[in-house]
Amino acid sequence: MITKLSHAGVLVLDQDSAKQFYTEKLGFKARNDVRVGADYAGAGQGFRWLTVSPPGQPDLEFILAAPEMGHDEETARQLRELLAKGVFGGGVWGTDDCRKTYEELSGRGVTFLQEPAERPYGVEAVFRDDSGNWFSLTEHH
Amino acid sequence: MGRPPDTTRLASLRGARDLIDRDFATAIDVTALAAHAGYSRYHFIRAFRAVYGATPGDYLSRRRVERACELLRMANLTVTEVCFLVGFSSLGSFSSRFSELNGCSPSEYQRRAAGYGGPPPVPGCMVLMWSAPLTTVRNRGEAPDEAAPVASAQMERTEGGRT
Repeated sequence: MITKLSHAGVLVLDQDSAKQFYTEKLGFKARNDVRVGADYAGAGQGFRWLTVSPPGQPDLEFILAAPEMGHDEETARQLRELLAKGVFGGGVWGTDDCRKTYEELSGRGVTFLQEPAERPYGVEAVFRDDSGNWFSLTEHH
Repeated sequence: MGRPPDTTRLASLRGARDLIDRDFATAIDVTALAAHAGYSRYHFIRAFRAVYGATPGDYLSRRRVERACELLRMANLTVTEVCFLVGFSSLGSFSSRFSELNGCSPSEYQRRAAGYGGPPPVPGCMVLMWSAPLTTVRNRGEAPDEAAPVASAQMERTEGGRT
């Protein structure tokens, strides 16, 4: 049986800027930041393995991957366009207090495209990361 | 094909779209939106349409109607209340745009929704992001938007509202 989700992630336009956004603006913890050298002969040559964890969930590593990882140039270009257009959604982050977290994150310059709103299941807001991935921020009842 | 993606330009258009999504209920001024995104009004409208398949004004009124649908499904409000809550300034323009997009009047929609017994069983963020206001845009044909001055009736009345 499957026991849990340990790794998941999104594509990002710029891993340096994404690392800064997730750690400084969202308050995530930096986990792995490993570069595979261009001289490495095996698979993954030139990749940068970058992961962060939400403060309340250290056993989830959230992967911030470059579109080039595993894709040909044309595919990576298309992915970058779609990212920048704001097509992709990355999931739902949980919080104990949506309105308070909304104020904190907005204060740090995070872009919200929906302010906290009452839903049948809780209070929910929607924001984007610095690449354009959208996330729900939900305080579940 | 080797052209690098202009992600800065796309991100500024995305920022404009996010502003419409967030502030749809307020008076949104396309010229100000264009300036914010670093465009002249004319080029902004064309670029936005090229990327998202609808002019900003069209996108805005679709978003308003989409949000109206949610309120009509979920909230105990009258059609008139919903109309003003989502940013329309007259019941007539609301009803006609609503009917154009949904194939029925707002009150008919509300009556039918009541029969389904409550809100859709999916999270609101999914409704917001996936019931994108663009799904029927392509039906409007290939021709460049001769109505470049946007869905003008809609935009004109909202002009000068925001900074």
